[in-house]
Amino acid sequence: MMPDLGAYATEIILAYSLSLTAIAVMILWIWARSRRVKRDLAALETRMNRKPHG
Amino acid sequence: MASLWEYANPVKFMKVSGWLMPVTAVIAGAMIVVGLIWGFFFTPDDFRQGSTVKIIFLHVPSALMAINAWAMMFIASLIWLIRRHHVSALAAKAAGPIGATMTMIALFTGAVWGQPMWGTWWVWDPRLTSFLILFLFYIGYIALWSAIEDPDTAADLTSVLCLVGSVFAVLSRYAAIFWNQGLHQGASLSMAPGTRMDWSYKGPLYICMIGFVFLFLALVLAGTRTEIRNRRIKALMIRERATA
Amino acid sequence: MIALLIRDLRLAFRAGGGFGLGLGFFLILAVLVPLGVGPDQTTLGLIAPGILWIGALLACLLSLDRLFALDFEDGSLDLLATSPIPLEGVVAIKALAHWLTTCLPLALAAPVLGILLNLPGPAYGALILSLLVGTPALSIIGAFGAALTVGLKRGGLLLSLLVLPLYVPTLVFGAQTVTRAAQGLDLTTPLLLLGGLTAGSVALLPFAAAFALRINLR
Repeated sequence: MMPDLGAYATEIILAYSLSLTAIAVMILWIWARSRRVKRDLAALETRMNRKPHG
Repeated sequence: MASLWEYANPVKFMKVSGWLMPVTAVIAGAMIVVGLIWGFFFTPDDFRQGSTVKIIFLHVPSALMAINAWAMMFIASLIWLIRRHHVSALAAKAAGPIGATMTMIALFTGAVWGQPMWGTWWVWDPRLTSFLILFLFYIGYIALWSAIEDPDTAADLTSVLCLVGSVFAVLSRYAAIFWNQGLHQGASLSMAPGTRMDWSYKGPLYICMIGFVFLFLALVLAGTRTEIRNRRIKALMIRERATA
Repeated sequence: MIALLIRDLRLAFRAGGGFGLGLGFFLILAVLVPLGVGPDQTTLGLIAPGILWIGALLACLLSLDRLFALDFEDGSLDLLATSPIPLEGVVAIKALAHWLTTCLPLALAAPVLGILLNLPGPAYGALILSLLVGTPALSIIGAFGAALTVGLKRGGLLLSLLVLPLYVPTLVFGAQTVTRAAQGLDLTTPLLLLGGLTAGSVALLPFAAAFALRINLR
């Protein structure tokens, strides 16, 4: 199934893995940040809604 | 185009991006997976470049997005400066790290692609050099956003930086071509030096390119939503402090 | 405007004004490079144009963060902003003062350092010419960067990060002018491009810098 990558096998595998890892890290970072901010906002809004001033 | 400006309203933007972002993400995932698998496993080797031609399925889309991300930041910065839509400024801010990552990927893959021709890990080819310079512009832009506390001031200053930077980025591209001329003529990294781009490559390549565009869209939408929420947090905290 | 210029020049020449700093740095660089690279004359001769240009560029950078910061801190910048001189003019004058006190001395001192770096004979004229033509761009681009970071404490490092990429075209055309002269080739193209760059920057960047200053003065 794996094609014969010939002489440049290491370089190609390296390029593909680094690139896909970079994309994965970027997606994870954006997603983690999004979750954290959503949580903080929800907490802040509940806290503020409990007080008489909205 | 009046209807497009409605989305400059943060509430409207959040509503639309709420469903748009997952949709673009799914499309991006599907296209990238299909494109890469097709390209990696099912394309023939190029008789000159050997199997390194497989790099184009990552290099071309990432290079494309590296440039387009900056172009989007340019337009978003202009919109902020002229029409003061916060969503626009925050979208530019969100696009920065994504564009920087795309540039980085374009650099890795570009360097690997050049291997058969040059036998070394890095060459100061005009295209690679231009991307390296672009990377520096991205870093400066991101750094400026982080350095300034007041969000509106940060938006203003980074927008001006983006505009001026765009001019110099274009000038640097020409400078890099000029600068490299003295050395190996014609040894620059172009997409198909002598390779016939037949359909066996074009199919997966176009799919990957479209996939990357959708990936960028999905991530910018996600990032902008986070920034909008952040802005609301800051506003609420100020209000909380005032009423405490 | 002339009064502003004279004031800035006088401030630069005063003790603590940092006048000799750029020159000193330039000299140190010209000594460090051979120490780092090795004394081989041919190598030095090859890299001399680049090193001299980079040295000039870095030395220029040194005095940039003080361009607006001092006036910003003590409130004089606010006064200047409301004075009858347009802020763009203030920017231009300050950049001019910077050029006169930092870049011009560098351009004149460069040939001496060229000797240290074994710069080939034909290149000396081109060296001075390219620095004279190109350094105004460095001053005005630097002024733009300084305007962006004026409100920041310790903005110096960020300033360098922002300004150095903007310096790339000027560096390339400037160094190429000298390199081509050293090789006996025609240097009109890079020199003209360098000149165009300076002209364009000087014409347009004062507006961008003034815009940034107004934002920071809010």
